[in-house]
Amino acid sequence: MTNTNLLKLNLGPQHPSTHGVLRLILELDGEKIVSCKPDVGYLHRGMEKMAERLSYVQYYPTVDRIDYLAGFFYSELFCEIIEKALNVELSERVKAIRVLLLELNRIASHLLWIGAYLMDLGAVSPFFYTFRERELILKYFEKITGQRMMNNYFIFGGVRRDIFDIEDVEEFLEILKTKIKDYERIIDSNPIFLQRTKGKGVLEQNVALNGAITGVNLRASGVNLDFRTKHKLYEGYEFTPIVSEGKDCYTRYRARVLELNESSKLIKQAIEKLKQNSALNQTLIQPIGLKLPAGEFYSEIEAPRGLASCYVKSDGENKPYRLKWRTGSYYAVNLLRKLLKGTYLNDAIAIAGSLDIILPEVDK
Amino acid sequence: MNYLYFLYIEFLTKHNVPQIIGDITFYCIPITIIFIVLLLVVLALVLAERKLLGWFTQRKGPNRVGFWGILQTLADALKLLCKENITPSSADRFLFNLAPILMFTPALVVLGLIPYSSEFMFVNFQTNVLIYIIFAGFPILSILIGGWASNNKYSLFGGMRNVSQVLAYELPIAFSLLGVITLASSMNLGKITLAQSTQYGVLGWFWMPCIIGFIVMFISILAELNRCPFDLPEAESELICGYNTEYSGMRFALFYLGEYSLLFANALFLSVLFLGGYLSPFGKYISTVFFGGQIGEILLYFEQVFWLILKSFFIIFVVIWIRAVFPRMASFDLLKFSWAFLLPISILNLLLMVLLKYFMGGVYA
Repeated sequence: MTNTNLLKLNLGPQHPSTHGVLRLILELDGEKIVSCKPDVGYLHRGMEKMAERLSYVQYYPTVDRIDYLAGFFYSELFCEIIEKALNVELSERVKAIRVLLLELNRIASHLLWIGAYLMDLGAVSPFFYTFRERELILKYFEKITGQRMMNNYFIFGGVRRDIFDIEDVEEFLEILKTKIKDYERIIDSNPIFLQRTKGKGVLEQNVALNGAITGVNLRASGVNLDFRTKHKLYEGYEFTPIVSEGKDCYTRYRARVLELNESSKLIKQAIEKLKQNSALNQTLIQPIGLKLPAGEFYSEIEAPRGLASCYVKSDGENKPYRLKWRTGSYYAVNLLRKLLKGTYLNDAIAIAGSLDIILPEVDK
Repeated sequence: MNYLYFLYIEFLTKHNVPQIIGDITFYCIPITIIFIVLLLVVLALVLAERKLLGWFTQRKGPNRVGFWGILQTLADALKLLCKENITPSSADRFLFNLAPILMFTPALVVLGLIPYSSEFMFVNFQTNVLIYIIFAGFPILSILIGGWASNNKYSLFGGMRNVSQVLAYELPIAFSLLGVITLASSMNLGKITLAQSTQYGVLGWFWMPCIIGFIVMFISILAELNRCPFDLPEAESELICGYNTEYSGMRFALFYLGEYSLLFANALFLSVLFLGGYLSPFGKYISTVFFGGQIGEILLYFEQVFWLILKSFFIIFVVIWIRAVFPRMASFDLLKFSWAFLLPISILNLLLMVLLKYFMGGVYA
C-alpha cells in the first residue's frame, strides 16, 4: 500500500540541477523528503561491454568519455593497465607531464563544480567566474593536445608528443591564486551561502566508509585517505591531503577550494621536474595488434570525484576478457538515499550538489 | 491635476467640444500614458537587467538585435507572441488562462496611484497607500491560481511557496509603512512626498530618520516580488521554473510583463516613501533655476518625473545587483528571517518613529 498523503515527485531525469540525467524518485510530505530512490542508467553507454569487443587501441579513445570533466584520469588508468601488463617504465619527464596535466584537469573539474554548485544554490555569477578560469586551462589543453576535453593525449607507454609553453601554466597558477581569493570573498563571506550549507547534509564517517565513498567527500568527513599518496606517478611529490572534520556541505565546498591550492603546489613541483628532465625518453608500445599476457591487472588513481580504478582480466587475446570501471560518483549517488531522507526539497538540491555527482561516470 | 484639467477643458471649448466629452476623455489620457510608458519601461528593464547581469558576470549581454542589443526584448516579445499557447490537457482551463491576466492588471492599477510630479497623480485618494498595498498584494492570487491550475507538481510547489512567503513579508511592509505614515501624518502618497521637503534636503527624506524601515521594506519587497535571494517560487534549480513552468507564449509573456511592471511600480513606491519621490536632490529644481516663467513651469513637471524615475531606477539597479551576488535562501530560513527578525525590528522602528514624531515633529510639519 502506498501512503496517499505523500506526494511522489520525479526529480529528473531532465531537471536543471541533477547535472545530467539523474532521476530521483522522491516521496514528499509537504516539502519534507520521506524517501529518496535514485534511478540511474539514462546515460548508459555500455562502456564495459564495449571493451570486450574492441581491441585495446580501439577502445582507448572512448575511456575519457567516462568522465568528460576529468578525462585525463581515465586515460591514465587505462594506459597504466597496459604499461603494468607489459612492464614498461615511464621516464621522469613523461611522469611529470602526466602529473601536470592530471592536476590541471583536477583544477578544471573542481572549478566547474564550484560554479555549478553555486548555480544550484541560486547564485548566478560565480558560475561565470569559475568558467573564466577553467577556460584558461582548456585553452592550454587545446594547445598541447589539440582538444579541449576528451584529449586522448596519454598513449601506451608515454604521451602523444612533448609538452611546451609551460610559462602559460605558471601564469595561470598566478591568476588562479588571486582568483581563489575572489571566490572566497564572494562566496565564503556570504551569509546566505553559509546558512544553506553549514550543518546541512552531514555525512558521518561510518556511513561514508560503509557506502564506499572516497575522494573529497570522504576526506571532508575526517578520513585521511588520498590515493595520490600511494600512486607511483606522485612519488617524490610533496603535498598534504585536505582532511577536514566538518562533515557538512560547507566543509566539502571548502575542501574543494583548498584542493585547488594543493593541486597548484603539485603542478609547481611538476614544472620543476620538467625543467630538470628535458629529454622525453619514451619507449612507446606498438598499439596495433597489442596483446596483453593472460592475467588480471588493476590500476587506481585519485580522480576529482573519488577513487577511480580500472580492472582488466585478459586471456592473452588482443582484447580484454572482462573490463570493469570503478568510479566515485556511482557510490555517491547511492548515498543520496540516506542523506536526503528527512531533509527539505531545497536542502536536498544543496546536498546532492555538494557530493559532486556527474552522470556519465555513474552510468558508464 | 486640476491645472492640467482646466488646460484640457479650455482647449476643447476653444474647438467647440462640449465639456461632458472632455470630462470623460480626460481620464482616458492618463491610462493611455501609463500603459505606453509601462510597456516601454518594462522593455527597457528587461534589457537593462540582462545587460547588467552580463556585465556583472564578465559577459556582454544581448548585443545583436538592433544597435547595442536595444531591440532584443522587442524581438523576444514578438517571438513569444508568435508561439503556440499550450494548455496542458490536465490543467484547469479557465483558471489557467485567468492567472496571467490577474498578474498583469494590478500592476496597471498601482502605477496610477503614484504621484509622478506635483500635478500628475492620476488617482488621488486620501488613503492611497492602503490601496497600493492591497493591489500590490494581488499577484499572490495569480501565482497561486497559476500554480494550482497547471496541475504540475513543481508549479504547485511554486504557488504554495509564494503564498507562505508573501504572507510572511506583508507584515513587515505594513509596519514600516506605518512608520512613514506616522512621520508624514498622512496616508496620501502626494502628501507623504511633500512632507519630505524640509530644510535638510536629501537628509530630510524619510530614508534618514526611518532607515530601519527603509531596509526592512526593501528586503520585504524583494520577497514580495520573488526576486533573488527570495526567488523560491520560481527557483530554477529546484522547481524548474516554479509556477510558470507550464506557461508558454503570450501567457508566459504576461507573467513576465507583470513581474517587471510590479518591480517598476514597487521601486517607484519605495522612492516616493523614502527617497523623496519627485523632489529634487539639490533642494531647488534645475528648471526653475535656469528657465523662468511658463517654460520653466512646464519643464518642472518633466523634471519631477525625471527625478522620480531616476530614483526608482537606482533601486532597480540595486535589486539587479543583489541578484548577481546572492544565492537563494532556504525556505524555512526565509520564513524565520521574516517572523523572527524583520517583524520585531519593524515594530521597533514604528515605536522609534512615534517618539521622533512626538519630540521632533516640527521638522515634518
